Amino acid sequence: MHSFGYRANALLTFAVTILALMCAIASLSDNLNTPSPSAQIEILNINWFQKQPHGNDEVSLTLNITADLQSLFTWNTKQLFIFVAAEYETPKNALNQVSLWDAIIPAKEFAKFSIHTSNKYRFIDQGHNLRSKEFNLTLHWHVMPKTGKMFANKIVMSGYRLPEDYR
Amino acid sequence: MDWQGQKLAEHLMQILLLAFAVVAFATGYIMGSFQMMILIYAGGVVLTTLVTVPNWPFFNRHPLKWLDPSEAEKHPKPQLAVNSKKKSVKKN
Repeated sequence: MHSFGYRANALLTFAVTILALMCAIASLSDNLNTPSPSAQIEILNINWFQKQPHGNDEVSLTLNITADLQSLFTWNTKQLFIFVAAEYETPKNALNQVSLWDAIIPAKEFAKFSIHTSNKYRFIDQGHNLRSKEFNLTLHWHVMPKTGKMFANKIVMSGYRLPEDYR
Repeated sequence: MDWQGQKLAEHLMQILLLAFAVVAFATGYIMGSFQMMILIYAGGVVLTTLVTVPNWPFFNRHPLKWLDPSEAEKHPKPQLAVNSKKKSVKKN
């Protein structure tokens, strides 16, 4: 600790190291949180259901998405990224996941919501397998932290079915 | 700064920073505010810098006893030998 510069350097290095440790502990504290999220998705309407010129099926839906994701927020949460995906099986693929809608929830106040929307992204199949297809709608969320580990999970809602014929 | 002062400065810096870190984390966690934690810690770093980095008088309470100039003259530094038989330096 001989000179001004020496002490300033030692202090700064130590301060930044301690800051890194604080952030690590803050991230670990996220594991103490036990979230209890809930969600429902209702298909209000099948707007249209067609076979495209290239032979792939496409369907357009109107959804009512209701969810309460407030318990996912901690002091170390920057935002929540959520998306709704349709999951189904075809002869060609064991699992198809098509993302229909997503959103960013920036704060706890906005995490309890009910939204009426058509699918933001197109629901197109690889093929023409969608007629009278049973599928699940899953709400996925990614808890994006201010520092540290990101947690991701989902709720699977099953029991949805597409019509037998094109409309 | 003298030797005791340097030791004091180093210990003071480490303890102050750790203390502020603990207080900042506890406050942030209890209040549920990450920003509060960062602000308290930043304030703590600035305060610690002001206390430990400049050369305050209380760091110099055991000043080193440098020799008086008159005492130093009685013990001159050894001189290099001008005429040496071992080495011959040629200047071109």
